[in-house]
Amino acid sequence: MIPAAFEYARASSVEEAVKLLKNYGEDAKVLAGGHSLIPLMRLRLAQPSALVDINGIKGLDQIKESGGKLHIGALARHVSIHNSQVVKDKLPLLAEVAAEVGDNQIRNMGTIGGVVAHADAAGDYPTIALMLDADIVTNKRTIAAKDFFKDIFTTPLAADEIVTEIVFPVANGPHKYIKFRRRLFDWAIVGAAAQKMDGGWRIGLTNVGPTPVRAKAVEEALHKGAKPEEAAQHASDGLNPSGDLRASPEYKKHLARVLTKRAIEQAG
Amino acid sequence: MAVTTMIGAKIHRREDPRLVSGEGRYVDDFTRPGCVALAVVRSPHAHALVKSIDITQAAKAPGVVAVYTHKDFVKVLSGTMPVTPSFVAEKKQSPPRFPIADKEVVYQGEPVAVVLAETKYQASDASNLIEVEYETLPAVMDLDKALEAKSPTVHSGAPDNLGWDLTYIPDDPAVMKEADVVIKVRILQQRIAPTSMETRGVLAEYSKPDGTLTVWMSSQSPHFVRLFLGGAMGIPENRLRVISPDVGGGFGAKISPYSEDWLVPAAAKLSGRPVKWIESRTESLQTTTHGRGQVFEVEAGAKKDGTLVFIKATQYLDAGAYMGTFAAFQACACLLAGGAYNWKHVAARTVGVLTNKVPTDPYRGAGRPEATHLCERAIDLLAGALKMDPAEIRRKNFITTFPHTNHFGLVFDSGAYEKALDMAMKIAGYEKLRKEQEEGRKKGKYLGIGLSSWIEICGFGPSAATAPATGGIALVESAQVRVFPTGSVAVYVGTHSHGQGHDTTFPQIVADTLGVPYDSIELRHGDTAEGPAFGYGTYGSRSLAVGGMAVHKASKKIVDKARKLAAHMFEAAEEDIAFDQGQFYVKGSPDKRKAFGEVAFASYGAGLPEGMEQGLEAVAYYDPSNFVWPFGTHIAVVEVDPETGHVDLKRYIAVDDCGNIINPMIVDGQIHGGVAQGISQALYEEVVYDNESGQMRTGTFTDYLLPSANEFPIFELGRTITPSPTNELGVKGIGEAGTIASSIAVINAICDALAPLGIKHVDMPASPDRLWKQIQEASGGSSNGKEARK
Repeated sequence: MIPAAFEYARASSVEEAVKLLKNYGEDAKVLAGGHSLIPLMRLRLAQPSALVDINGIKGLDQIKESGGKLHIGALARHVSIHNSQVVKDKLPLLAEVAAEVGDNQIRNMGTIGGVVAHADAAGDYPTIALMLDADIVTNKRTIAAKDFFKDIFTTPLAADEIVTEIVFPVANGPHKYIKFRRRLFDWAIVGAAAQKMDGGWRIGLTNVGPTPVRAKAVEEALHKGAKPEEAAQHASDGLNPSGDLRASPEYKKHLARVLTKRAIEQAG
Repeated sequence: MAVTTMIGAKIHRREDPRLVSGEGRYVDDFTRPGCVALAVVRSPHAHALVKSIDITQAAKAPGVVAVYTHKDFVKVLSGTMPVTPSFVAEKKQSPPRFPIADKEVVYQGEPVAVVLAETKYQASDASNLIEVEYETLPAVMDLDKALEAKSPTVHSGAPDNLGWDLTYIPDDPAVMKEADVVIKVRILQQRIAPTSMETRGVLAEYSKPDGTLTVWMSSQSPHFVRLFLGGAMGIPENRLRVISPDVGGGFGAKISPYSEDWLVPAAAKLSGRPVKWIESRTESLQTTTHGRGQVFEVEAGAKKDGTLVFIKATQYLDAGAYMGTFAAFQACACLLAGGAYNWKHVAARTVGVLTNKVPTDPYRGAGRPEATHLCERAIDLLAGALKMDPAEIRRKNFITTFPHTNHFGLVFDSGAYEKALDMAMKIAGYEKLRKEQEEGRKKGKYLGIGLSSWIEICGFGPSAATAPATGGIALVESAQVRVFPTGSVAVYVGTHSHGQGHDTTFPQIVADTLGVPYDSIELRHGDTAEGPAFGYGTYGSRSLAVGGMAVHKASKKIVDKARKLAAHMFEAAEEDIAFDQGQFYVKGSPDKRKAFGEVAFASYGAGLPEGMEQGLEAVAYYDPSNFVWPFGTHIAVVEVDPETGHVDLKRYIAVDDCGNIINPMIVDGQIHGGVAQGISQALYEEVVYDNESGQMRTGTFTDYLLPSANEFPIFELGRTITPSPTNELGVKGIGEAGTIASSIAVINAICDALAPLGIKHVDMPASPDRLWKQIQEASGGSSNGKEARK
């Protein structure tokens, strides 16, 4: 449980962080909240040559509404997102999801940019970003969520590219996120999100494949007037989840259907 | 005895301010000048031959002081790791275990080399540079298949994988035929990892000039470590000091000695440097002994009217690759298979099986949770078959006269089982719950109520019974009480506190016996250089019933001497002296008194009675006449979500009887912790190995599911008090009770909830995926719970 040796540098601006990443080369990693990276390093599953700590970059944690969109700075901690009045007003689903991440210590340290860049299939924010067509903004460009989550732990981010903010649409209609798990602080075995938006439903699923999933078949069925229970039967269409210690593929598909139904029914 | 003031008082634990404010001192808080860090290189395979070990690169790495393998350790260590008879006197096979592998590794995590370096970081880095060439061999992972004739063997060249096979009482077919209904059930007790907050750790310093060894170790029984380690290293006990300072939890897994307990001191002797090793969490999950790991085949029968006839239990115990020092202790599950009930016949057999996994050994409850589980499940199944209420079948068959000798010759000292059941049912509102359940079922709501009327053997134990079980050392207990000239008191005990609250409980006893202020009494333990020559440690809920009595006995010796001296000071006859609230006086003249402190001071002076030596101190060894037998009834209330298999534990009621109580707050704390641990086995914890590769799949807390406080309801406690006739204090143990009772209360509740679906039994952990599969199967699907796990 002791990490391999690594270099460490603390950046005070995005430009400086990018410069440091360029200098250290491909094996360097960005350190934000560290609540995924550091455990992996302690198990030596990750052995970065250097860590570029971006926690000292001022303003990168800003949360604001601008141009009819909700901008969440990459360094915004889960606790800040949960407590933000702007988020509660403009995208309450996101505030509720933030409250479901890990435990108090994790919520005090973990960041939305870290979760998105890490692209763990069990991450909650990627599901919301994908289903709501959020944009991931970096120091180089803006990437649509649908083009961002390529595979498990895989994104189009270059070695010298840093996520700076996530831009969500405003949506404050009926919504619900159900995170099915063994312990309160666990990752989702399966998660299902429902958000009423632009007169239709957006449905997203967590941890049912290598990337987050937008359940378009469910959205379409609902659009055609299907009842939640009928529509939710399509939640597992095309899914091919892998099994793990907590759930078999069959069980995950079943949970996708049950939780989707409940999310739609309980959306308020 | 003085008028009781402290015994029974609900006072806060004296050790808590220190422990919760970060002032505790654990092994890793200690160091010695010139100390080096040790890292262990472990087998990644469950079973393999070690073809070669190349240490060249590691030896050259920065900071490395030495690299040692088997060939180095044989120079300073002799013999094999100890294995006791416990409840199985003769083993068919007990593979000799040296603390580090030579030519063959037999479980994942077995040590093959160690690295000593200036820092733990350098030791860890260098350990990755050691190249071990392995030739993998077939691993025996499945308890069921291990005994098949064609099974590979855990150790090359072994005849088979049978550790022991002992029938305590064979079947009596004539009696078994008397039953009108018979049930059969196969019960899995999954392997679980005893996860202490503080992992294991050892710091050792060897002094070459005087041949002394000092070892700091996170242990429940430092004197036993000294005994065994001294033997292995050829160091007599007077030159070997084992210190177990604050210990952050043990749960039974820090009783037996481990490889590292030998390797670290040996490395200190080999290198001439103090050496420290602190176990990582993954090492802990992989290499600290596991608990449970058993399968039971159970059969039971009853008459139509609910009278119990027979219960038969066969235990298959997954011992792992070597026998744990006390592995066969868990066979006591067989001896308690009949539980709290009168049966005409009880049959039991235990079979110990070797597998290529880390050894199993006692874990909180050790054998008694398993016994309660099998018996209470059988009772519920019989109630179901007879369409009786589970409470009624219990009430009808409880043992009611004490002392009671069970089929195995064990003598239950006292009990009032129905009283505890009644109180638990009252707290739960049992009748109302049953009505709610009935109403709920009509609406597709699966509410379940689970009972567990548990008993326990603890307070190990009488010398006649325990000396043969350990191979010679009786599990009695020692204490020393020293009264200093100005009246302050130090108490040294052979038990070891690692969460039990001895610093508080024992001074409460001494305060009453000596009549001195509680705050003037200091408790010391965990250092073999202090106190009596031998101490027996803490496990099996023995500290109070055995150790507390030793403290009481030593205190009484003090009072006896002080009384003689007081009589001399009053110029009165000894029998005329009264002792009350710490003051001596002549009966009939209560106005003229001598305080205990005055007498203590006088005991160090001149003019003592003829033949009396100066000083006021005493050592006592207490040998109990019997074990003690706590009991109680727990009730769990659950609701199962039939769509997801999720279990919502809605309420938990625990009524326990541990005889007289010294400190109610500590008793409640023990029950809370124990109940949580048992529920955790029922719903969360499970060590999982890959049956093909032998790799453990639950090597971190991400995959090994320990619940947090969030996962539990508020426990509703009640208590009855039935004093033990076994000891003068009337006390019984309580450390394991919660764990013994709770896993089956929850499982019985889940089975009760799912009974309308025709589900008869649910194994642990009752995880949502497993329950969903069983519900699917019961509703006509094709899959079953067992397959879902593989």
